[in-house]
Amino acid sequence: MIKEAAASATKLEITGGGSRSGFGHAVADAKRLSTKGFSGISLYEPNALTIVAGAGTPVREIEVALAAENQQLPFEPSDLRALYGTKGAEPTIGGVVATGASGPRRIQAGACRDSLIGVRFVNGKGEAIKSGGRVMKNVTGYDLVKLSSGAHGTLGVLTEVAFKVLPRPEKVATLRLSTLGEDAAVRAMSMALGSPYDVTGAAHFPAGLDGEPTTMIRLEGFANSVDYRAEKLRTELRDLADVDIDIDSDPERCAASWKRVRDAEAFEGRPGAVWRVTVKPTDGPKLVSALREKIKTDGVFYDWGGGLVWVLTPEVDDAGATAIRTETNQLGGKATLVRASEDTRRRIAVFHPEPAVLARMSAGLRQVFDPAGVLNSGRMTLAA
Amino acid sequence: MRMPAPDAEVIARKDEIVERLRAKLGEEAVISDAAELKAYECDGLAAYRQPPLAVCLPSTTEEVAEALKICRAMGVPVVPRGSGTSLAGGAMPTADSVILGVARLNEILEKDYENRVVRVQTGVTNLSVTGAVQEEGFFYAPDPSSQLACAIAGNIAMNSGGAHCLKYGVTTNNLLGVRMVTMDGEIVDIGGPFMDEGGLDVLGLICGSEGQLGVVTEAWLRILRSPEGAKPIMFGFETSEIAGACVADIIKEGVLPVALEFMDGPAIQACENFAKAGYPTNAGALLIVEVEGSDGEIDEQLEKIKAVAMRHDPISVRESGSAAEAAKIWAGRKGAFGAMGQIDDYICLDGTIPVGELPNVLRRISELSKQYGLDVANIFHAGDGNMHPLILYNANKPGDLEKCEAFGADILKLSVEVGGCLTGEHGVGVEKRELMHAQFNREDLQQQMAVKDVFDPLWLLNPAKVFPIDMLEERAAAAKAA
Repeated sequence: MIKEAAASATKLEITGGGSRSGFGHAVADAKRLSTKGFSGISLYEPNALTIVAGAGTPVREIEVALAAENQQLPFEPSDLRALYGTKGAEPTIGGVVATGASGPRRIQAGACRDSLIGVRFVNGKGEAIKSGGRVMKNVTGYDLVKLSSGAHGTLGVLTEVAFKVLPRPEKVATLRLSTLGEDAAVRAMSMALGSPYDVTGAAHFPAGLDGEPTTMIRLEGFANSVDYRAEKLRTELRDLADVDIDIDSDPERCAASWKRVRDAEAFEGRPGAVWRVTVKPTDGPKLVSALREKIKTDGVFYDWGGGLVWVLTPEVDDAGATAIRTETNQLGGKATLVRASEDTRRRIAVFHPEPAVLARMSAGLRQVFDPAGVLNSGRMTLAA
Repeated sequence: MRMPAPDAEVIARKDEIVERLRAKLGEEAVISDAAELKAYECDGLAAYRQPPLAVCLPSTTEEVAEALKICRAMGVPVVPRGSGTSLAGGAMPTADSVILGVARLNEILEKDYENRVVRVQTGVTNLSVTGAVQEEGFFYAPDPSSQLACAIAGNIAMNSGGAHCLKYGVTTNNLLGVRMVTMDGEIVDIGGPFMDEGGLDVLGLICGSEGQLGVVTEAWLRILRSPEGAKPIMFGFETSEIAGACVADIIKEGVLPVALEFMDGPAIQACENFAKAGYPTNAGALLIVEVEGSDGEIDEQLEKIKAVAMRHDPISVRESGSAAEAAKIWAGRKGAFGAMGQIDDYICLDGTIPVGELPNVLRRISELSKQYGLDVANIFHAGDGNMHPLILYNANKPGDLEKCEAFGADILKLSVEVGGCLTGEHGVGVEKRELMHAQFNREDLQQQMAVKDVFDPLWLLNPAKVFPIDMLEERAAAAKAA
């Protein structure tokens, strides 16, 4: 099918479950190509911490299979159905990889691309290509695996993906600090992340569910170890900030709290443009205070210890793009427009504009994977 | 080993190339004297030697750019070199190439503990990164065995690993950004002191590209806070099969040891003779398992691991009660390569296999050992399946190296056959170039070669590595015709 498309210059829009279909620029005048046919787990070896599945496999199916063996995907993939308003859709693992969706545990266990150990895809010439494999240490040839994650289907149609998985923790605890300002919250999170206590999540809501600032720090592992580390960390954090610190180890409440961070639930059902900005953690509050002076923001929260800032802006004019990108460039980082109306995405680059040399590399890569430009053409680049 | 025919025109212009490099980089930054060039004729794969045309040692990123511009303009192949410790011939020169060494780019530029990153020039050694941050209780996680000598430049080029990657990942998982010079002499920053995302993951592609896409002069590396403590435990088992089953059960238990090292009978014997570490020489296989944390956490994990191991009837168990005892447990393993070197010459392989295939693969290796009449000892990062079979041979015996290489190739093909790969952390280099056909088909390889076209259309960077020579020659012929 891709060979034919390439020969006749027919553009193809690649879809998985469609749960993230609002991410990226619209692909104009394209025929749909679904990966749904590539569904099912083809290999799962709990002893080897590896799983291989078709790209169209529902994420849920993978998570259930892993949970049965007390394991999980390390990078905590997000489920953005509520954010995109795609409630009926079934997210696929291929969609997770194509968008590189990585949650709060990225700071400790790495991103989607770090857990991904092998891919099979069909390039724009219709050739079936493989890279990596099913073993977790592999440096044989160029790493096209990393390139596939976050490529939004512009380099190839994923057919199979392989992951390194990790044991599911026996216990989770969340330290909740109240009333911290944003700078103080990032300092507390930096201290926790720089401690020997193996923190797996650090997020801050300037206005939490009750409207008050909430800082959350997560610990995971064997029960005794989590208890020990939680107490140690609480003591050390108290030396830094004289605030209430609650240790919550209720499994359901902890899961709900981190899902709220992972899926940006704070912005669910609210109109506006959603931005995901990555900066140096200590630059997070600087970015936000600069933005508040320049534009109207409808909501802000921090993940990754301050290094990931989610911003909700009113969808008027450029939805804050100029201010956000100028400030981000000044600090060093990248700003991605995760959600916006199709009209806004026609005018504003979804992905952070790259410096000329890097932009040339990216364009060159797309050219050699998909010379005829048939795969998700224009998904990652603003039409001129 | 067959290398592509050197470009006679380039060799004929040696004086002019050296002169132009000296004009930009200074007299003493360029080496052209035959006697001095000998120091650069090989890397850690010492069986193959070829002095380069010249060597240049720039001191700044800008000088790297100048050197590359000159080489690009004159059509001179360039071999980037870190410390020259590659076991795969990743920095092996060709006769018509200029070596571009980053040894003088050796500064730690920034230490940022709050954001847990450091910025370094890539000529610094792996161990010196940890050395620079350990006073604040931090470390840089990837720890290849050569960490005392190997440079970050080479770690990035080969995506190096180490004994602790089961928990901490390899270089690519700890690299946040690079400053790179393209073959055209353009300087570009990819990533930075933040978690990069959005846009194609060019950083992920650069790491592990064996110096063929650009020359990396600076890197942003993630640093981690050191654990409160660490402790190894050692088990001896009657056979490799039993030890393999024990590894699988430990992982299944949900314990993620920071290191899980495996040695077979011949490896135990050799290490014990060398290091006198008190290894059980009657064991068919040995496991060293290390866990981290506070004393209480360590004890809890060790209890779980011991309970699993006891189900497999170990013939010996040794816990370390003190730092000295812990060091003794590791002494044998860390001295393994030295131990082998005392017995004979050896080559060290690096394939990875699915962990469950261990008993099967060890059996096949032992059959091959008999068939080739060469001894082999197996040392293995058991948690992640990365094997290091050491094949012993006699370099002074004609034909022995060739026999040893054929044996090695059979083992690596076997690794691929059971679902693994040719190299887990050393890289392809010149050593495993021809074996790439065993792991990839032509379309896979052509896709990778097309990636190189984007960055280095004239194929001047690190020539004659990674891809099989027939495909390199085909490509060169096609380029000439076009």
